[in-house]
Amino acid sequence: MPERILVQGNESIGWGAISAGCRHFFGYPITPQNEITDFFARELPEIGGVFVQSESEAASAAMLYGAAAAGVRVITSTSGAGWGLMQEGMSQLANAELPCVIVNMQRGGPGQGTTRHAQMDYLSATRGGGQGGYKTIVLTPASVQECHDLVQLAFHLADKYRNPVVVLGDGILGQMAEPLERSTIEFDPLPEKYWTIRGMGERDAETHNFISCGQGGVIPVLPYTSYGAFLQRLEEKYQAMSADEVRYEIYRIEDARLLMVAYGSTARVCQEAVDMARAEGISTGLLRPISLWPFPTDVIRQKAASGTEFLVVEDSLGQLVDDVRYAVEGKSQVHFLGILDRHLPTDGGMILPNRVLDEIKKVS
Amino acid sequence: MTEKKELVYTKPELKLGYGWGHCPGCHHPIVEKLVCEVLEEMDLAGRAVGVAGVGCSFGFFASINIDGANCAHGAAPAVATGIKHALYGKPLVFTIQGDGDCAAIGGGYVLNAAARGEKITIIMVNNANYGTTGGQLAPTTIMGQVTSTTPHGRNAGQGYPIHLPELLVGMQGVAFTARAAPFTPAGYLRAKSYLKTAFQRQLGEAGLTFVELLSACPPNWHMTPLEAIQWMEDKMLPEYPEGIFKDSGGEQ
Ligand SMILES: Cc1ncc(C[n+]2csc(CCOP(=O)(O)OP(=O)(O)O)c2C)c(N)n1
Ligand code: SF4
Ligand SMILES: [Mg+2]
Repeated sequence: MPERILVQGNESIGWGAISAGCRHFFGYPITPQNEITDFFARELPEIGGVFVQSESEAASAAMLYGAAAAGVRVITSTSGAGWGLMQEGMSQLANAELPCVIVNMQRGGPGQGTTRHAQMDYLSATRGGGQGGYKTIVLTPASVQECHDLVQLAFHLADKYRNPVVVLGDGILGQMAEPLERSTIEFDPLPEKYWTIRGMGERDAETHNFISCGQGGVIPVLPYTSYGAFLQRLEEKYQAMSADEVRYEIYRIEDARLLMVAYGSTARVCQEAVDMARAEGISTGLLRPISLWPFPTDVIRQKAASGTEFLVVEDSLGQLVDDVRYAVEGKSQVHFLGILDRHLPTDGGMILPNRVLDEIKKVS
Repeated sequence: MTEKKELVYTKPELKLGYGWGHCPGCHHPIVEKLVCEVLEEMDLAGRAVGVAGVGCSFGFFASINIDGANCAHGAAPAVATGIKHALYGKPLVFTIQGDGDCAAIGGGYVLNAAARGEKITIIMVNNANYGTTGGQLAPTTIMGQVTSTTPHGRNAGQGYPIHLPELLVGMQGVAFTARAAPFTPAGYLRAKSYLKTAFQRQLGEAGLTFVELLSACPPNWHMTPLEAIQWMEDKMLPEYPEGIFKDSGGEQ
């Protein structure tokens, strides 16, 4: 059995990358994810890896672009304003089809916002926050162990689809400590990276590779014959992700008339609220999306069709709730509990289990 | 009678069989040719990885037979940093960037790559304006120069020309800076020799190396190609003199 260590979610992200064979990190400090940056600065040189502190999150994304183009597994992490700054670079990564992992341990926004936890980047993460309507798979852990495991899955999916993958955590998850079992997860074989730029000699090749983030005018965009063909490729890729990469977890939903939908640390709060409600004889359950994009639309739609009502709990003014409403198609009730329902109106306030329980009672 | 023909001029082998559409009289193709020649003469094509910025060099590595990429506007030094570190310093990594790409939107990337002493070479093509977008003010635009965003000529209110090779001299992480004007045979040879030294210093891990190349943009300057060259001699060279501004010599 693998050794168990007690670590924070932030450090677990780092261990996940190392378990995935990643040896390259480029990043810029920002609270509440600084332990990730510090982790890589400490650990990577010990195992022959590379840590570079970038001059900005825009630069982090550009460094990822270079390292991914060279064919290595590479990761960065950020939060808040850094996430905003990284969007343009993520769009370039998506266009150039470069696999990499980008972690956002969400803090409160908008603007500089707060340095504490929140879940306010759901929309910019799931809708392609940069220019041009690209899509990235978004995975969201709810435990320290899952931070480690989903980072590994993120690397696998990035390589599988030649696309950036986002791991969307939050400040609470990053700061809380739980036991972690480190081990490398086995995935299906991946396609060969025939497209890398490492120097032709290094690749034993006679002809060059060219990585481009633009397709306009007279620049050849091999292997695509036109801009349209390139967009077609993106569309097929996004369709395949939508079809094959939906992930979610259900908790005590068998007979539930009211189903909560929540992710990340808020899902942990809801899990506790489910137990409290069930102890009082109220039949409720939790559906926890693990992939926020693609979203578990179908399962929610089926439940809605059979009369289940929903209570969305998220630490924002309401973002995830839009996806639930879209899935439900007006066929049943969607209730909402958000950041204004924290126990304190401060940046340190939280949506606590008893508040969720009150809401469950109110709407059931 | 068969005429005996001797090959006196040909394109470099690394240059692939198609161009990607520069304006008549543009000097970007001169830069392409000299980069190819330097890589061939130094036998570095197999080891080289290039990064082009956004501007009229965006397609540079589409038509040259070395591994390469383009990237976000201004970000080439950071992308080059990523490539160099990903491969543990092995490849020769260089950028091709316009003056706007390099000195305006990308100025911070240049400065920080220099501060970190990245072992990369930055080639900045200075045509004193934003060519691609139709000839706007660049940080390199000369005082009095008319551009589409300085319709009455650049004045002090719009700032002063930036001289990156001179500016970078004081930085410890920088090993070599130079400027050449490759539009005359002598200038072309100077440019080649500077670029060779820059690549040597990079491979010797001496630090960041920077070469600025002056370049004509006749359509946006509203000149014929010949007038453009005359303007470069009269206006650009006095503002942007050729020469080596820093050479740390060998290794760090
Ligand atoms: C972020 C961003 N802003 C603006 C542009 C539009 N743009 C494309 S090229 C360019 C200027 C290029 O000028 P320069 O770097 O001097 O290159 P040149 O075209 O002169 O070779 C601009 C502003 C862009 N592509 N990306
Ligand atoms: S706009 Fe200027 S720099 Fe661009 S291709 Fe034309 S002449 Fe060259
Ligand atoms: Mg220019």
